[in-house]
Amino acid sequence: MSSPLRREDVAHVAKLARLTLTDEELDRFTHQLGQILEHANDMSSLNLADVVPTAHPFDLINVVRDDLVRPSLDRDAVLAMAPDAQDGRFAVPRIMGEAP
Amino acid sequence: MTLPAGWEMVVGLEVHTELKTATKMFCGCANAFGSEPNTNICPVCLGLPGALPVLNERAVELAMAIGMALHSTIAPSTFHRKNYFYPDMPKDFQISQYDLPINSGGYLDLPDGSRVSVERAHLEEDTGKSTHLGGSGRIHGADRSLVDYNRSGVPLVEIVSGPDIRNAAQARAYASELRGILIATGASDGRMEEGSMRIDANVSVRHAGEPFGTRCEIKNLNSLRSLQRAIDFEALRQIELIEEGGTVRQETRHWDENLGQTSTMRTKEEAEDYRYFREPDLADLAPDQAWQDRVRAGLPVMPAQRRRELAARLEEPSEAQLDAVEVVIDQGLERFVHAAAEDGVDAALALSRAANELVAGLDGIERLSPASFSATVAMEQRGELSATQAKTVLAELLAHGGEPRDVVAAMGFAQLSADSLGATVAELIEQNPDEWSRYREGDDKLAQFFIGLVMKATKGQANGKSVIAELQNRR
Amino acid sequence: MKTAQQIAHEVQSGATTAVAELGRALDAVRDRNEELNVFLYVDEAGATSAAHAIDERVARGEVVGPLAGVPIALKDNLCQTGVPTTCSSKILEGWRPPYNATVIDRLLAAGAVPVGKTNLDEFAMGSSTENSAFGPTRNPLDPSRVPGGSSGGSAAAVAADMTPISLGSDTGGSIRQPAALCGLIGMKPTYGLVSRYGLIAFASSLDQIGPFSKTVMDSAILLEAIAGHDPMDSTSLPEPAPSLVAHVNDGVAGQRVGLVRELVEGADADVVAAVEQARRALEDAGATVVELSIPEFRLGLSAYYLIAPAEASSNLARFDGVRYGNRIDADDVTAMMEATRTAGFGAEVKRRIMLGTYALSAGYFDAYYGQALKVRTQMIQAFHRAYQQVDLLLGATTPSVAFKFGSKTSDPMAMYLSDVFTIPTNLAGEAAVSVPFGTGEAGLPVGVQLLGPGRSEARLFAAARVLEIADGRS
Repeated sequence: MSSPLRREDVAHVAKLARLTLTDEELDRFTHQLGQILEHANDMSSLNLADVVPTAHPFDLINVVRDDLVRPSLDRDAVLAMAPDAQDGRFAVPRIMGEAP
Repeated sequence: MTLPAGWEMVVGLEVHTELKTATKMFCGCANAFGSEPNTNICPVCLGLPGALPVLNERAVELAMAIGMALHSTIAPSTFHRKNYFYPDMPKDFQISQYDLPINSGGYLDLPDGSRVSVERAHLEEDTGKSTHLGGSGRIHGADRSLVDYNRSGVPLVEIVSGPDIRNAAQARAYASELRGILIATGASDGRMEEGSMRIDANVSVRHAGEPFGTRCEIKNLNSLRSLQRAIDFEALRQIELIEEGGTVRQETRHWDENLGQTSTMRTKEEAEDYRYFREPDLADLAPDQAWQDRVRAGLPVMPAQRRRELAARLEEPSEAQLDAVEVVIDQGLERFVHAAAEDGVDAALALSRAANELVAGLDGIERLSPASFSATVAMEQRGELSATQAKTVLAELLAHGGEPRDVVAAMGFAQLSADSLGATVAELIEQNPDEWSRYREGDDKLAQFFIGLVMKATKGQANGKSVIAELQNRR
Repeated sequence: MKTAQQIAHEVQSGATTAVAELGRALDAVRDRNEELNVFLYVDEAGATSAAHAIDERVARGEVVGPLAGVPIALKDNLCQTGVPTTCSSKILEGWRPPYNATVIDRLLAAGAVPVGKTNLDEFAMGSSTENSAFGPTRNPLDPSRVPGGSSGGSAAAVAADMTPISLGSDTGGSIRQPAALCGLIGMKPTYGLVSRYGLIAFASSLDQIGPFSKTVMDSAILLEAIAGHDPMDSTSLPEPAPSLVAHVNDGVAGQRVGLVRELVEGADADVVAAVEQARRALEDAGATVVELSIPEFRLGLSAYYLIAPAEASSNLARFDGVRYGNRIDADDVTAMMEATRTAGFGAEVKRRIMLGTYALSAGYFDAYYGQALKVRTQMIQAFHRAYQQVDLLLGATTPSVAFKFGSKTSDPMAMYLSDVFTIPTNLAGEAAVSVPFGTGEAGLPVGVQLLGPGRSEARLFAAARVLEIADGRS
């Protein structure tokens, strides 16, 4: 599991996370993240094949609510906090591709 | 459409349906089509910092109902986050179900007898809607886009079929049957043109017996007709491409209804990395037996079953009669036919009246009771009304309501007395001696001739059977 | 400086007014806020109007609530309607939420007077408040040192006597560690005890809101006022608020306490000494203290620094410049999102987003995130085994007393190690409280930590009270 973290991996991940890094940051983050992952390798030596992962500390189940309408937010209040709005909608620069 | 010899198409369908709940999946905002933009939003469905989702009980029940109607296994399930950035996604992740969906392992039997597997039917939330300004209104060439989050968070069930479909007509039949089921369970209103039901088709081709070919996903199918046309087009496109020495690229393609062709939307060179992980803000779902039983008890009978029960009223139904059965079931009118059959009326006659006259006057169906329908058709069967008269009575009942007996009386459809019928027939015999001679000598075809004259003379009020009996008596 | 309990009592009885108490608080804020950078925003108008309303209700003879007229400071990752909420990040600078966090509604219902929003490490990621985009907060006890983090501002507000109580959030120690460094009581409640609705999420399965105070009683009053089931939070425990105030003076006679080796190992000598003294104080009060080893605790740091960033990378995706916050314009929406996030997030936040994204990526999920979730299971089981032998656990809260600014910022790992004693509780979703006990290097306070199973807050407060009395502070 302890494959060293490569610069390309960090560049790829930055793109996935919609972050632009300078060359200097790319180097620095590669180094720092590599160190953290190194530290994480002490987990890899454990044989946890039969252990069930816990995503959540307490197992509540079937938490649901009634299908009853509740008041919505006032549109003007919401659009007032938008960086750009038009015709009652949020405005964004052109979208280059269709949704996945 | 038949493909070139030796080729076979392989099709799987992904259907997304919005659920007919009062509120959205994770919040109490109204789930309503056509509201003013951004008027049904709250911190949760707008993805404001700090907001948290709470699951809609009715959405879960409708998902279970769909699963049951598709013979699925209902299992404990979790929610996952599907992470990607897009402006119509308020959280830049979609809450969906991944490796543990609520429904799996189901199937759908089609009227032609084939069975299509349904791999899964899971819950997820819908995204907002963007409109594009500048350019042609399509995304390419637009300058900017405007986003409305009314639809964001609306509950969806995604139904994924196995790659079992082998021709476009079958695909259409699957979509149609599925739509009928979604409507019958109350889960959906099935309006493809409004977007409450959306279909994507995955199409590939191969030589029979070989492994599956590379598939393309086709989007923008807004009607069952488009679905069928697009699948046929795409299968042929791929075959031609391969026969010319090319290879099919795995990609998503857009169907253009006007041009009648698919075109590239985007390639899947870089497959999206959705980084699925279990949604930490929601509890797991494990509907207990009691809850499942309640949902099952509330399930109405599915279209296929209703068609079977109606067809069973007929002895060896013809193709035309089976079509009529489908029409009647589609419109939810079978209770009229069943009521008449229970009253001893001929089922074939009742079916015909329902498939034709009731469908023609559908707007007023609330005004007609099954009992009135049954009584009217019974009168026709007994010869008290002619076919034309019966149709007129039904049309009147649908338009204005009332009691059959009253309508019959008001329209003066009192039975032509045997005497007046006899008099009319005698008169016509006199007026047409040559034809009468030939009929008397055995030319049965002329019976129609005389019946026609009698009908004309009595303005359609004579009872066909009575006329025949009269003619035969005088022969 | 009056306690919250005193203020509430006096406001209700008419011996003082909410407006007068607020005046005292605002004076203290004006006095030292520039020096210490505790509050990012002081809501003078809102607080004044709330205080007046309390006084009017008292004048009408109404019973206001357990926090009547008590000024309170709120960590700036809690949404308060119409009040700037930034998470100490440029990306949210100027944003005013259109809704209240549930805890704020409950505070208002209890009669509390929110004074303003306090500084934190950006998006709660940090252990010193040095990661704030709006400057660090200084420790009121020694301004050349950090107050801890990420809830450094909320800790400083109480330590500087600006407000008697405050709310923070704790994901890996962000309440307990600043409480220890500032000489305060600070508790992370059981996961799900306090609603997270309106808490801007860092790591959803680890975050909890909790109290800061100078006295155990004040934290018990505050926690009781905000705890209990919330239908707006699917992860909130089904029960109503537990009874805590009534049990503060229950004592520890007959309780079994486990002093955990791994919760002391690597700590400075003065910290270790304080834990030893705390042990004796508990024994003097009738508890039995045994030594335990829970080796699973050693894996906590690694598991945490994969689980928390993974969840955070997803929680922070919504900050894309589309609907709110500062947007940096560009020709297309993807470029806009990249520019907005790159300019708006600080280095630590970027680091954790990328770490989390990497841990969740195709090909790495099982090795990193998946494995960390298994370690979490082991942690929970280890706690469970320990609690079959003892009722509570004892250890240090953090390895050292308050450290100097800049002493841990060059190496992220060094900073992460501050959380080594607090993280296990977050991973298991259980409860723990930091209690000031004794003094350490340079006369600075030391915090000792008491840990308990889920829903054991009453017992924790009772044990904390024993230490409070023994320490002679109250």
